Amino acid sequence: MKHLLSIHDLDRAAIERICDRAASFAEVGDREIKKVPALRGRTVLNLFYEASTRTRSSFELAAKRLSADVVNFAASGSSVEKGESLKDTVLTLSSHKPDAIVIRTPWAGSADLVSGWTDASIVNAGDGKREHPTQALLDVYTLRRRLGSLDGRRIWIVGDVLHSRVARSNILAFAKMGAQVTVCGPPTLLPRDIEDALPCAVSYTLAGIEEADVIYALRMQNERMHDSYVPSLREYAAQYQINARRLDPQQIVMHPGPVNRGVELSGEVVDSPQAVITMQVEAGVVVRMAVLYEVLAGSRAPQPPEVAPVPSTQQGVAS
Amino acid sequence: MPHPQKVVLDGDAMRRTLVRIAHEIVEKHGEPDRLAIVGIHRRGAVLAARLQRLLADLLDADVPLGELDISFYRDDVATRDGGPVILASKIDFPMEGRSVVIVDDVLFTGRTVRAAIEALFDYGRPARVQLAVLADRGHRELPIRPDYVGKNLPTARSERVNVAVEELDGHDGVTITTEDPS
Repeated sequence: MKHLLSIHDLDRAAIERICDRAASFAEVGDREIKKVPALRGRTVLNLFYEASTRTRSSFELAAKRLSADVVNFAASGSSVEKGESLKDTVLTLSSHKPDAIVIRTPWAGSADLVSGWTDASIVNAGDGKREHPTQALLDVYTLRRRLGSLDGRRIWIVGDVLHSRVARSNILAFAKMGAQVTVCGPPTLLPRDIEDALPCAVSYTLAGIEEADVIYALRMQNERMHDSYVPSLREYAAQYQINARRLDPQQIVMHPGPVNRGVELSGEVVDSPQAVITMQVEAGVVVRMAVLYEVLAGSRAPQPPEVAPVPSTQQGVAS
Repeated sequence: MPHPQKVVLDGDAMRRTLVRIAHEIVEKHGEPDRLAIVGIHRRGAVLAARLQRLLADLLDADVPLGELDISFYRDDVATRDGGPVILASKIDFPMEGRSVVIVDDVLFTGRTVRAAIEALFDYGRPARVQLAVLADRGHRELPIRPDYVGKNLPTARSERVNVAVEELDGHDGVTITTEDPS
């Protein structure tokens, strides 16, 4: 696998393989020396056109734990402010010969475009409202740790699906792993005909959420209120907030972070043992290690050694 | 068409060989509290577990046992189209002051053992590192020499040495397959 641009690129076996590798990298994080030389000598470029705390820091840590060299590029304070285009920035940075570029932009499809401009492996860390594949993979990893298998599990994704790249990647990944996905939110925040485009059912209310094994709440952005998608955040919370009253004790609560306490989730739920939000963040590093390993390790596959004829008297002599 | 097979160790011979290696280890390391056994996944780890049981009987004491997966330390791993299945490494005892015996099934180029030594040092600083192998087939590419050898097997590069263990393959034995029958 040279690139990770979309969950569409992965089949179930590939998702399972990445999750299994992530589990073996988790052991590396428990050692005194939290580093393995798997990607020694490789260069990973983090190219971030948007603010990011978790994704950028976990990609950086993932690359460093694999002994890769990391270059961080943030658009603010760079030549982008002088008007340099994405393509010219990528071409300029490609002259440093990165082996992988981790890219986040506000533009849907940019990761695919960039993959055509450089020889480096491209890992999509979020492109506009389209996809965020590594978030979906770490969520699958977290759920597999918690539930064993996603087969037949019912997962409700609640909130602003319209603006959420996490929702799009997660619907695809959860469905590929055998889960039944329902998206839930106000009609203004659900894409029209989403059930035709993606493998999910639609609900405009929380009625029936008691059937869910997993409730995945999405972040409600303050700016959505100003754009009149919802009357007010308080009104949204009244209708859609996941709180102790609406939650069954066996249900698992997830959130991609950062959480607006008291809006999409009540503070009580965030702090409850049913919430696996901290586990998701912890999974971020190991899953991104597995992704970088997947796209980079073996990309310089060695040549098999020359088979030189050995005189039979010298064969197999232990030194 | 199956490749012709030559049996070099049957189940009984393999078990006797492991007993001999255990005795040789005891001869060099009388103190169980200064010794540890670490097997390289997968068959090396199985053989290490057996050696540990034999050592426990001989020394009447427990010897710490660890497992290493060296995939992340190899310089020639390809993950495209699947790549290796990686198993967890587990070394949950302090290695400081101990002699650690690395156990593997077949010693060939030495690259696996080099990776294992590097991996071992990421867990701690053993006082001494030694190497025990069930079969040494030669063709070394690195200056690595085993301390305990079950059987020296002169082989051609075109041949393949197969180690079977009861725990994974249902039977014990070492065979050589000729990849290129002539």
